[in-house]
Amino acid sequence: MEVNVTINGAARTAEVEARTLLVDFIRTNLSLTGTHIGCDTTSCGVCTVLLDGTPVKSCTMFAFQADGHEIQTVEGLKNGELHPIQAAFKEEHGLQCGFCTPGMMLVGKALLEENLNPTDDEVRWAISGNLCRCTGYMNIVKAIQTAGAELSAAESGATA
Amino acid sequence: MYPAAFEVTKARTLDEALAKLADLGDDGRVLAGGQSLIPMMKLRVAAPTHLVDINEIPDLDGIKQVNGHMSVGALARHADVVRADVANHTVAAAAPWVADPVVRNRGTMCGSIAHCDPEGDWNSVMLAVRAQVVATSSSGERVIPIDEFVKDFFTNSLQEGEMVTEVRVPNYAGAGGGDYLKLERKIGDYATVAVAIHLDLAGDGTIAQAGVALTAVNHVNTRASDAEAILVGNAPSEELFAAAADAAAAAADPVSDIRGPAEYKRDVVRVFTRRGLASALAKAQD
Ligand SMILES: Cc1cc2nc3c(=O)[nH]c(=O)nc-3n(C[C@H](O)[C@H](O)[C@H](O)COP(=O)(O)OP(=O)(O)OC[C@H]3O[C@@H](n4cnc5c(N)ncnc54)[C@H](O)[C@@H]3O)c2cc1C
Ligand code: FES
Ligand code: FES
Repeated sequence: MEVNVTINGAARTAEVEARTLLVDFIRTNLSLTGTHIGCDTTSCGVCTVLLDGTPVKSCTMFAFQADGHEIQTVEGLKNGELHPIQAAFKEEHGLQCGFCTPGMMLVGKALLEENLNPTDDEVRWAISGNLCRCTGYMNIVKAIQTAGAELSAAESGATA
Repeated sequence: MYPAAFEVTKARTLDEALAKLADLGDDGRVLAGGQSLIPMMKLRVAAPTHLVDINEIPDLDGIKQVNGHMSVGALARHADVVRADVANHTVAAAAPWVADPVVRNRGTMCGSIAHCDPEGDWNSVMLAVRAQVVATSSSGERVIPIDEFVKDFFTNSLQEGEMVTEVRVPNYAGAGGGDYLKLERKIGDYATVAVAIHLDLAGDGTIAQAGVALTAVNHVNTRASDAEAILVGNAPSEELFAAAADAAAAAADPVSDIRGPAEYKRDVVRVFTRRGLASALAKAQD
């Protein structure tokens, strides 16, 4: 069946089987390999993408379900320069191997859209469906908060 | 891991979904949030031949107050329930404990209820609050009390061609309170043990209605009827709650597994029931 999506702002189409998982559609059909596959059992969150702005685990959705919808992956964050969440992960050392990072950044971005100034607990709560085997989470939490501060400074700068 | 091949109908209206389900009979399977069904299909524990995807149907995602109850539609996600202004304390307490935040963005309350996983949280909540499930087919609607709906291990009482369109949580008749206590190893894990508590007080402060239901300690979510019988008609007290907690523990028949030994789990039921009754009472009297 034909699946049409808008991914990172671009319209893309591919012909897939009904059973094709969204993560494979993104990685194989659309050649966007920034979205990772880890556990393949809905536990780790490395396959997280934004579906119409909401984080979902793309290993647990069929590609046909995204037909007509908008997807954002890690590749869509950078717009000329690094997105503030990417800059903050770099700045705060929010990653080591980087395997969990695409999912962490997208979940962080979705959180910041609701709350630019989250507490430690609020960040930990938001990322609790995403596992990191390296960092111990401290710097991931800091990075998301730093990005929030950056975004809110930019916002008040824009309105000033 | 890949599911076996299947056919799919992406229903655009409820009528279209119901017509297709009627047509397919036993071969049709509803796809809601997919957060239980897709993992099962990937493990090939389930291999449905035809999925009816209901996700594009408009107006099924409501959480609203109608005629003395809260109505939760088939496409209300767990995350919608977390965000909603929910008057029922048991529902409000349980919502943030279901799965993890990303899974909650897809998984639905009605799907979870239909799934009848004994480790699932919602059916204990629904037993405690005495919810009703609305089953709809192309020939009409049936309102099924939750005790009849939850039939057995992964088995509900839907008939061929029916789907769940709504679950109804009754409002408190008097001063009401409730809680959901869950022990889990980590966020996103199913319950080691969980207990749902519901209290509705009469004008004189005695307990008019009580709900106590248990997760993950039997082959199906279980109402602790003896515990409820001890509570109803009596004035709340520590002794009464302790007696009900003992009765709830007696209704648990857990198995020893990776999450803990049976004896431990049964004791957690006792402790959680006592604590849950105390906090439900505090909320009812607040
Ligand atoms: C990592 C992870 C952790 C989880 N942790 C928990 C947890 O802690 N507690 C918990 O309770 N659950 C947990 N779940 C399960 C989750 O809550 C699911 O969302 C839920 O069990 C099923 O809802 P769904 O909408 O995803 O249904 P689906 O997966 O789409 O469907 C499940 C079953 O119900 C049927 N069905 C669905 N909707 C309807 C309907 N409207 N009418 C008729 N039949 C229907 C389907 O045909 C299928 O057989 C977890 C899941 C994952 C992946
Ligand atoms: S690969 Fe999807 S949750 Fe782990
Ligand atoms: S940085 Fe390695 S898994 Fe998170």
